[in-house]
Amino acid sequence: MAERSFKKEVEQLRIGAGETFRGEGILAITKALLENGVGYVGGYQGAPISHLMDVLADAEELMGELGIRFEANASEAAAAAMLAASVHYPIRGAVTFKSTVGTNVASDALANLASGGVTGGALIIVGEDYGEGSSIMQERSHAFAMKSQIWLLDPRPNLPSITDAVKHGFDLSEASNTPVMLQVRIRCCHVHGAFEAKDNVAPSLTVKDALSNPRRDTDRIVLPPASFKHEHEKIEKRWPAALDYIRTHKLNERFGPEKEKVGIVLQGGMYNGVIRALQRLGLADVHGDTDIPLYVLNVVYPLVEDEFIDFCADKDAVLIVEEGQPDYIEQTLRSILHKQGHPVKVSGKDVLPMAGEYTGQVMLEGIESFLVKHGGDLLPDRGRAPNRPPEVPDLSEVVPGRPPGFCTGCPERPIFAAMKMVEEEMGPHQITADIGCHLFSIMPPFEIGGTTMGYGLGPASNAAFDGGGERRPISIMGDGGFWHNGLSTSVGNAVFNKSDGVIMVVDNYYSAATGGQDILSSRAKNDTKATNNPISNALKGVGVGWVRQIDRTYDVGKMRDTLREALTTDHEGPKVIVASSECMLNRQRREKPLMAKAIKEGRRVERPKFGVDEEVCTGDHACMRLSGCPSLTLKMPDDPLRDDPIAHIDQTCVGCGNCGEVADTAVLCPSFYQADLVHNPGKTEQRMARWQKGIITWLQERRAGKRLAREAVR
Amino acid sequence: MNDLALTPKAPDVRLGDIIKLAVLAVGGQGGGVLSNWIVDLAERNGYAVQATSVAGVAQRTGATIYYVEMMPETGRTPVFALAPAEGDVDILIAAEMMEAGRAMMRGFVTPDRTTLIASSHRALATSEKIHPGSGIADSAAVRRAAAESARNFICFDMEAVAREAGSVISSSLFGALAGSGMLPFEPESYRETIRASGRGVDASIAAFDEARIAAEEHRAPKAREVDDAPEPGGVLPPAATPVEEHVEPEPMAGPEKMLGEWRDLSARADALPEPVLPFARAGLKKVVDYQDLAYGTEYLDRLDELLRQDRAAGGEEHDFDFTANAAKYLANAMSYDDIPRVADLKTRKGRDARISEEMRASDGTLVQVTEYFHPRAEEMVSLLPAGLGGWIESKPKLFAGIDKLVNKGRRLRTDRLPAFLMLYTVAGFRRIRRRSLRHKREMAHVDEWLGAATSRLPRDYAHATETLKVRRLIKGYSDTHARGVAKFDRVMSGAALVEGRDDAAAWTARLLTAALKDPKGEALDGALQTVRSMTTAGQA
Repeated sequence: MAERSFKKEVEQLRIGAGETFRGEGILAITKALLENGVGYVGGYQGAPISHLMDVLADAEELMGELGIRFEANASEAAAAAMLAASVHYPIRGAVTFKSTVGTNVASDALANLASGGVTGGALIIVGEDYGEGSSIMQERSHAFAMKSQIWLLDPRPNLPSITDAVKHGFDLSEASNTPVMLQVRIRCCHVHGAFEAKDNVAPSLTVKDALSNPRRDTDRIVLPPASFKHEHEKIEKRWPAALDYIRTHKLNERFGPEKEKVGIVLQGGMYNGVIRALQRLGLADVHGDTDIPLYVLNVVYPLVEDEFIDFCADKDAVLIVEEGQPDYIEQTLRSILHKQGHPVKVSGKDVLPMAGEYTGQVMLEGIESFLVKHGGDLLPDRGRAPNRPPEVPDLSEVVPGRPPGFCTGCPERPIFAAMKMVEEEMGPHQITADIGCHLFSIMPPFEIGGTTMGYGLGPASNAAFDGGGERRPISIMGDGGFWHNGLSTSVGNAVFNKSDGVIMVVDNYYSAATGGQDILSSRAKNDTKATNNPISNALKGVGVGWVRQIDRTYDVGKMRDTLREALTTDHEGPKVIVASSECMLNRQRREKPLMAKAIKEGRRVERPKFGVDEEVCTGDHACMRLSGCPSLTLKMPDDPLRDDPIAHIDQTCVGCGNCGEVADTAVLCPSFYQADLVHNPGKTEQRMARWQKGIITWLQERRAGKRLAREAVR
Repeated sequence: MNDLALTPKAPDVRLGDIIKLAVLAVGGQGGGVLSNWIVDLAERNGYAVQATSVAGVAQRTGATIYYVEMMPETGRTPVFALAPAEGDVDILIAAEMMEAGRAMMRGFVTPDRTTLIASSHRALATSEKIHPGSGIADSAAVRRAAAESARNFICFDMEAVAREAGSVISSSLFGALAGSGMLPFEPESYRETIRASGRGVDASIAAFDEARIAAEEHRAPKAREVDDAPEPGGVLPPAATPVEEHVEPEPMAGPEKMLGEWRDLSARADALPEPVLPFARAGLKKVVDYQDLAYGTEYLDRLDELLRQDRAAGGEEHDFDFTANAAKYLANAMSYDDIPRVADLKTRKGRDARISEEMRASDGTLVQVTEYFHPRAEEMVSLLPAGLGGWIESKPKLFAGIDKLVNKGRRLRTDRLPAFLMLYTVAGFRRIRRRSLRHKREMAHVDEWLGAATSRLPRDYAHATETLKVRRLIKGYSDTHARGVAKFDRVMSGAALVEGRDDAAAWTARLLTAALKDPKGEALDGALQTVRSMTTAGQA
């Protein structure tokens, strides 16, 4: 069960020709896949294309009707490998993952796929996780396209353009026997827009049909001598075929006047940013009609030499707008001009920055300085439309950073609280982290974990330390990473090499960071997937001799003791702790409606929540340093004699228990109390409560009558 | 101008029709819901609209941004930008005060065009919460900057408006947007949008309308929200849950005879000099509530003696700052946190009513209360009479035996009789508290501390006063308490080192600030190092 359900939106995927589709970019891509006769789809979740996987999963029924196979792949490598179905069969396939991390993982399969080439259209939809909101290293997918010779589409970020790119992607792939990568940036994935729909088309050959008539062609398999032929084929056949298609179908677009002394060459994805800058400079109108000629590269690899030369004709200078580095496009275009001895002047990374996102201001300044240099007379009088931003107030000392962190009630919080306690006790350890929500441990208040090397690679990245020493190395890995890659690469290998390390597998029942998709060990019942395969079984299966399964991570004492045991036991080989509790975000989403329903129906429901006795809390914030929960916050006490704010639990508390457990295990303070609200209590229960409350009240009154005390109790 | 031949162009006038709106929120605040509403609202009113977001991992409690552009439908698709640009935002909605600050830092709020709609409440960042002292950011600084940076500034506690209506902040932000009048749409079409979205409609509309009216009226935030940064002892910007305010002096309750004596005691406190009064009154109340009337008398006796010395040192000129601080910190020191104190607070009349209210327990629901206790031998033994307690402490084996017995986590259901009776009994130890080992120690500590302070009084008034303030470091229970005491000792030793210097008070204050910077005391170590090198250099 994913974090967000697209069941409602998916209904829109059924609309046909003559109707208008409205929605997010990724939903539009799904619709375009259906319109273009795709035969199978797959991928691996990760921002910004997580929702694409969720949409596909929710659209499984519709796809089934059309005979389309959907597979939730184990990893990006598995997704890319699935495209093998398009090698021998004329079946269109599409897979999706986040890039560049996903493309890194997939690159082995992608290289093999690209070498042998494809018969059916093969489309790789990569969510380019670059710039603001990105959670990964800042690199470009472009390099992968170049190294394996995969065509790279970078369409203008609007729904008609990206759905068009899907269509042409398949056609181009088939015309040139080459897989095609369709790159969509973060905001493009989430852009809300509309396009004219077409009818859905069932694949002419389904994967099921193909199974009845298996095909093979030795020439398409990557092994000598075919592999040598492939390289030549790429250059002699596929490349020219691709150029032909791009030219004929005008995949790259020209806007603005034919004749002008300057022009701009841009990646399709940069189009809106360039137009906005031109609008602000008075050189384009609201509809994008521009006074500066634009050559929009909806295909950024390969580049069409003659189109570019044609664009440069009679121009004094062109600006290349290419986000990210290295500046592959600029290098190539400069090389083309150089070889021809072309006189046009080229600007690019001289007026625009080499590194970093091309934000509105960057684009404005870059284009303006290009025009000042090469087309000064085109620039309107800026004095009449000043858009220099004024001084920005310096609040850097005031405004605190707000990096992402564990959600309210997150089951991973107590794991790291326990780990921090063990470190207080035994000293700091060498700790590696992995990919996933648990990586938030590197931030305050926990500050645990020194590196993150890749999905499922947490334990593997401690290999150098696995020989043992005074203190054991610890590595952390999530359940997502475990199934993605970690079982073999990290755990299996630790067993094989008799690693002395401790591995903490954080099992929250989902691929939680990417939006709560089910995985092998998920405990939910899933109609189309086989879940409920325990991680601990897999561990034992690969030969881990020391496995401890903890089924309630909120038991901080047990977490701490188990970790301590793992760090001190004489056992030879890796020590693996599986810490399991359901992702609170998903749990709440699942339980809340059920609970509300039960309360409404008069059934007995217990709902826990935590509170703080204000006067017991001394405001030392020791609990905060073992929590960081959004609902555990501060307030100023009513007592004018106190200097520091005290702990306070707000209404968003879900009663996970971490506060109480931590206060107890770390021997912090008795300020926390847990209040269980019992809805629709039973008769006996009520009687017992009334009776006890009667005596308690009597005792309280008795004492109150014999002493002086303030009236309010805080 | 040398290019006379050129006709300078102006930007397309229709560009002014594009409304650019950004929402800065904290992950989980419902920024997505709000931006979906805005899209729906625009489409409902015949506008072409585009919305984007960078959701991803920031959704997990991090700062997130949503961006919307819209303009009247022209029959041709406009080209909108996908991200806000510096100096080019018309409406900025900040769902939290520091996010408003972040928006300004990023240049999205400019005086020529931006209407800033910000909720004045705070969702504290982790870095603000883990500070051992008070690390809470200064909302007033953001507010001052906003007043200069924004063309219009609409700011009130939209979180509270939503909460009171039983809704969430997206509704009140939507209401404030309507009330700002920056979008050319009727309130009814906002309401239709909310209705069309389905869930919790009535509450959302109530929150919407309340916030809309507040924004229309330019309702100003409450005075206490406008105050400067929370000084020690000052007030915080409104928390996400209402902080009870006791505007009226809180009365004492008890038998009539005791109340009579209380009135006499209060009258005695009222005779103290004006600047001391607020602290002495609160302090007296605190210690009497903690122990009894006799303890209150002891408190006032000590204060009188301190005031005498203060006066002798020319305290009048200093507004009796020394005694005022003594009144504050002495009350805290005398009401130290021991087990009877905690048990007393947890078993008092009125506590269950407060909990039920805080938990919003509706009629007919039972509230079961579990306490998390983890006593150790240290706390238990220190309750015993001083002689016996001291004897046990001198026998390590016996002490360890007791620790083995008591040192474990205990979950006590205080809504049930057995646990309640246990705590009730422990609370009764209050009556023999003054004979306990703990009391003896605490009082010795107080004497030493006050002794150090008063000894400085004749020579350096400010230094003596700063010495009193070091008491702030003592807080927490068990290890945290021990660390606090250790820090106290170290700062006191530093204060002794600088004694006699002109800047002794400033250095002591600096040491105190350093001690509050981090839990382990690394900043304090550094500061002490400086003090040491400085004082030894002075001797050389």
